[in-house]
Amino acid sequence: MHEYSLMTALMERVEQEAAAHGALAVHRVRVRIGELSGVEPELLDSAFAIVRAGTICERAALDIERVAARWECSGCRRPLDAGERLQCSACGAPAALAAGGEILLGQIELEVP
Amino acid sequence: MCETCGCGDPHLVSVDIQERILSVNDRAAGHNREHFAAHGVLALNLMGSPGSGKTAVLEATARAFAGRCRVAAITGDLETERDAERLRAAGIPARAITTGSACHLDASMVHHALHHESVRGARLLFIENVGNLVCPAVYDLGQAFNVVALAVTEGEDKPLKYPVMFRKADLVLVTKTDLLPHLDVEPGTIDEALRRVMPEPAVYYVSARTGDGLERWFGWLDQQLQAATGPDASHPGHEHSHD
Repeated sequence: MHEYSLMTALMERVEQEAAAHGALAVHRVRVRIGELSGVEPELLDSAFAIVRAGTICERAALDIERVAARWECSGCRRPLDAGERLQCSACGAPAALAAGGEILLGQIELEVP
Repeated sequence: MCETCGCGDPHLVSVDIQERILSVNDRAAGHNREHFAAHGVLALNLMGSPGSGKTAVLEATARAFAGRCRVAAITGDLETERDAERLRAAGIPARAITTGSACHLDASMVHHALHHESVRGARLLFIENVGNLVCPAVYDLGQAFNVVALAVTEGEDKPLKYPVMFRKADLVLVTKTDLLPHLDVEPGTIDEALRRVMPEPAVYYVSARTGDGLERWFGWLDQQLQAATGPDASHPGHEHSHD
């Protein structure tokens, strides 16, 4: 389960940002997780519950935005249907992942004095 | 103090970050990649399920490249040095990383191993990742290519069940093909599954036991070695300063 190590990396980044702003607490952490990123949102949520204890994120909410996988042709930009071969049936070019691979820290909401 | 009414209560600010959660790992991977490029090392991240035949393929590769090219390996396992010992017995200097409970290697673990004597001077460096078809795909190690071993015994639908791993694969080695006569597994069905998860499927069918199909894999390695290292075989170890 790599979600725990991902969450540790996330917390370090959030704590760094909170310190830079002199924050009293973190209220919300927003992340974007793609369907083809290899990260399970539920496991990320469980990891957050463990990792945040005793930190500035103790009472923070974790908002996970799931991003659906979207493939398109790298040549003609035709969107591909789910489950289709990843090669464009129109022009033969390989498909490229347009969305769904992301593992992103989007925004955080801080309580500042 | 609250800027709206001056009441002295704390207030909320939203900070936009938009950064990959793994940016620290990405930087370490970038550092490894620079090292490989500067020293003409072809580094390959070899992934696959436990028992998919990764080590057996490397043993066969070691025999084929003996005396021709300096090969080394970094192996990742939760416990034991068994894979590293097998590779050393086959003639590949190998450094084991025991990850404890971690299900994958990350770029800083690999960087650490690069400083070890056993992998210095290699032109072809295999990073044999922890046997796992999910987690290793998430971490960039600085490799030039991802190679995924998939044993015919794992079934035809593995690529469809684990699309993340195969999406990241540059080359798939379908291993243990000597077992095909004993299985209800059609290579054509595996190919078809791979076409739905890999944009540019490159697939070789091999048997490390009989040697069948390995020539194509060795040919691919030769081609990539030529591109990565050029004709000059000599280079120093991993010596540099860190920020």
